Amino acid sequence: MDTLSFIVLCPAAGAAAIALTPRRFQFLFRLIALGTTLFSLLGALALFAGFEPGTARIQFEEYMPWVDSVGIGFHLGADGLNLGLIVMAALVGFAAAAASREITDRQKEYYLLLLVMICGVLGTFASLDLFFFYFFHELALVPTFLMMGIWGRGERRAYATFKITIYLSLGALLVLLGLIGLYVVSDAKTFDVVELGRHLAAHPLSESAQATLFPLLLFGFGILVSLWPFHTWAPIAYDTAPTATAMLHAGVLKKFGLYGLLRVAVPMLPAAARDWIGVLAVLCLGNLLYCGLVAMRQRNLTLLLGNSSVAHMGFVFLGIASLTLVGITGAVVVMVAHGLLAALSFGLAGFLRERLGTVEFDNLGGLLQRMPFVGTALALALLAGCGLPGFANFPGEMLVLFGAWKAHPVVVSLAAWAGLVVGAVYALRAVRRLLHGPLPARWAGLTDLAGAWPKTPFALLLAALILLGCFPRLLTERIQATTLDIIHAVHGPSLAESPATPNNPQTQPLQSSSSVAPAMTPMLLQKPPPTDARAQQEDS
Amino acid sequence: MTMGLEAAVLITALALLLLDLWTPPAEKRVLSYAAVIAVGVIFLASFAFVTPGPRTAFGGMYVLDEYALYFKRFFLLAALLVLLFAVESPADRERSETEYSALTLFALTGMMFAASANDFSLLFLALELVTITFYVLTSYHRRQPVSLEAGAKYLILGALSSAFLVYGIALVYGASGTLSLPRLAAAPADVLRGPLFETGLLLVFAGLAFKLAAVPFQVWAPDVYQGAPTPTTAFLAIGSKAAGIALLVRWLMALLPGLDPHWQLLLMIVAGASMVYGVLCAIPQRNLKRLLAYSSIANAGYLLLGICTTTREGLAAVLFYLAGYLFALAAAFGVLCLVARTTEEEEISALAGLHRQSPLLAATLATAMVSLAGIPPLAGFFGKFLLLKAAVSRGEVSHGMYALVGIAILGVVISIYYYFGVIRTLYWTEPSARRQGCRIGINWPARVALWTCLAGLLWLGIFPNAVVNLADQAIGTLM
Repeated sequence: MDTLSFIVLCPAAGAAAIALTPRRFQFLFRLIALGTTLFSLLGALALFAGFEPGTARIQFEEYMPWVDSVGIGFHLGADGLNLGLIVMAALVGFAAAAASREITDRQKEYYLLLLVMICGVLGTFASLDLFFFYFFHELALVPTFLMMGIWGRGERRAYATFKITIYLSLGALLVLLGLIGLYVVSDAKTFDVVELGRHLAAHPLSESAQATLFPLLLFGFGILVSLWPFHTWAPIAYDTAPTATAMLHAGVLKKFGLYGLLRVAVPMLPAAARDWIGVLAVLCLGNLLYCGLVAMRQRNLTLLLGNSSVAHMGFVFLGIASLTLVGITGAVVVMVAHGLLAALSFGLAGFLRERLGTVEFDNLGGLLQRMPFVGTALALALLAGCGLPGFANFPGEMLVLFGAWKAHPVVVSLAAWAGLVVGAVYALRAVRRLLHGPLPARWAGLTDLAGAWPKTPFALLLAALILLGCFPRLLTERIQATTLDIIHAVHGPSLAESPATPNNPQTQPLQSSSSVAPAMTPMLLQKPPPTDARAQQEDS
Repeated sequence: MTMGLEAAVLITALALLLLDLWTPPAEKRVLSYAAVIAVGVIFLASFAFVTPGPRTAFGGMYVLDEYALYFKRFFLLAALLVLLFAVESPADRERSETEYSALTLFALTGMMFAASANDFSLLFLALELVTITFYVLTSYHRRQPVSLEAGAKYLILGALSSAFLVYGIALVYGASGTLSLPRLAAAPADVLRGPLFETGLLLVFAGLAFKLAAVPFQVWAPDVYQGAPTPTTAFLAIGSKAAGIALLVRWLMALLPGLDPHWQLLLMIVAGASMVYGVLCAIPQRNLKRLLAYSSIANAGYLLLGICTTTREGLAAVLFYLAGYLFALAAAFGVLCLVARTTEEEEISALAGLHRQSPLLAATLATAMVSLAGIPPLAGFFGKFLLLKAAVSRGEVSHGMYALVGIAILGVVISIYYYFGVIRTLYWTEPSARRQGCRIGINWPARVALWTCLAGLLWLGIFPNAVVNLADQAIGTLM
């Protein structure tokens, strides 16, 4: 078995093992879940280490014919676009399993569903076949529904559960329709992403076909990523979901839509993509500004995080809408960074909620006095969310803003304002209300996370955030060659025929990218900002 | 031995009736199991010993080809699961269980003939054999008013549809002078396009739409599904519907291979109306069997969507979809049979907390619902995927297909609401205090049947290749 199928199938094997283990061996379920996700994580790290940067070639490729008559094959592979996502997904998967201590009821079902969900999120990013790409994503739908329903919290549980399920199904079915349409119209008789891409590059679809298919994919994927105004399912769902589900969904699964846009919609329907980016740029302001402002008004930590996670998706949309090398590379970095960040913050919020029973700001305060580790981690997560240098979000968001400047200057100015000012307002306010100030008397007996093991998932996520924040090159040098291919597909080789060489595309501007980017990017990527050291000290 | 399979089923049924006379009441259960085993053996034999010719019998009225064989295996498998669950369902003490098995086998014989009907007279005979047997099977619990009501409704509306059918066949004969499909297909175009002939076909279509429970011939379905004994409902929902599809596809492909625009429009309207009606009416249902009746109407729409395409891939998708539908419905009704033994209720609310009473039953029912909703990795998803793909491919030729696909997509989204509503009841609605803690025991034959359904759903969903090829070959013989 090769690396990628090992990563994807480990959780599936764990799920099967749990299904076959009798209920009386309670203690085994958690062990199996931790073990298999750890194996996946180790596999993903090996993948990252073995990945050769600077090339757009697909690596670790595996292929097995599946349904020949339809043109479906089980095709896995990693390139710059999905490598970071796979590693991030494996890390979040492990962290989610580790953060599931709060579940004591019906452990067998819980860990079974969790592993199926993790298998789904890993599979969807590793697949290079449109059928399996969709198949794995939908695999996570039923576990999400059941986990939210059975172990969810809050009074509006049923409402939130059905809302997310129906919204996501609608989005997914639009996507399915778009993918089937792509298959039919292209007449390539294959669902294989690579072959289909090659076929479409040689025989581009007519403008009218592209104009029909692109909105299906854009809004289908958009609903799945909570594109404004289809975002209302997200905050309430993350407020309801059990910790691990919120971590996995907000962190990883939601990136499916963004990944789909970059993998399928933009490169395969380039003409329509160029027409639609204006709309996308305006809609992304809805995420950044509107949801940012909504987050500002929240008085509940999980709702605040939910809204801010919706707001952050705006940066990725903006990066995609830029259609420049710098912007899209930034979008991919934000996807990875936000995955880690969302998992971290929802994990911490879930822990607080489990320990305190509430995360309403009015009931809390001064938690840092009693919970130094959790409080610090939460403060770091909130600051990372408003774009503090030193965390992985910062380079990603900067690249997006630089990349998009030329195409959408107004949007960029507003986005920068929304991301940096509005984001800072709600993040700092949350820090003040939750962590600082007097500790209410009823929490006097509160204790922090004890022991090294319970801290592990949070420490790992935080470490990854800081590592990628200080050395974003780890990601960008792997992403860039693939992004360049997407740009070629969209703008045509003539426009992209630039001095950019695969070895060092960083420093070479594309003609279509902004004039600021080339000057700023290398500086950004090579010299970690000074705040990093402080951030690391706080962590240790 | 062209008709070996039918003969074997028929002989088993007659032997059961005879043996019943000599078997003391205490041992009658053995006979029910014997019927199950016999059907199982015949099912396996259909793979080992039967080769599709194509061979004919009765002067060409009966044909055994890949298509017929696909459906015969389908019906045998359906009957196998239904009989297994029937043994476990609450019995009417006054009546022999053997009789029930024998009647089911008679209906099975009719369905298997329907799969091979290459002539309108055999079509009518086979359908009547199925329908008349079902009149008895639906009203089998004669002390229960609901069962009798269901039987009476089915009888009246069934008789009406038979009248349509036989009148249509008469018109076809009057216009063309023959009932044999191959000879009709070779008839001159002015006969085939004549108003009398087309009216005849329209009436035949109406008679079959009744079997499919497609709008506007769906009125009987909810009451009959709800009132009939659960195994009967299962067989009605799976077998009777599939028999209608088997017949419809065969004569449509023989007589109207390209489907004239007005025929296509008619089928598309029926398909769209069935999907909309079934899906919308299922939302407020509180009784699981009634809910499945409306879902069966909606599914008739999905099947007709595949038939509208008239392409090889579309029809093969219909055949695959039916296979997934078989396992999902058998699982759902099977669970209902086993639950009704202890609770004697069929309301969805009675299933609350089933998860604590029997994890296997809850998991099976939940899986069936997920498959019906069309979500991976189960059979229902791949079926819907194939159907949608075929319909979209056809959209270039007839743009109405796009509208139908849109309806289908919305239908799936809405259906998720009520299918997942059932799952919600199973897993997180608290049961009434009376039943808390009482566990439902399942003996091993029922356990085997449930696992078969689960395995079938997963296998068709994850490794669909074998059945896709089988369905494709089957349709290939009609093209």
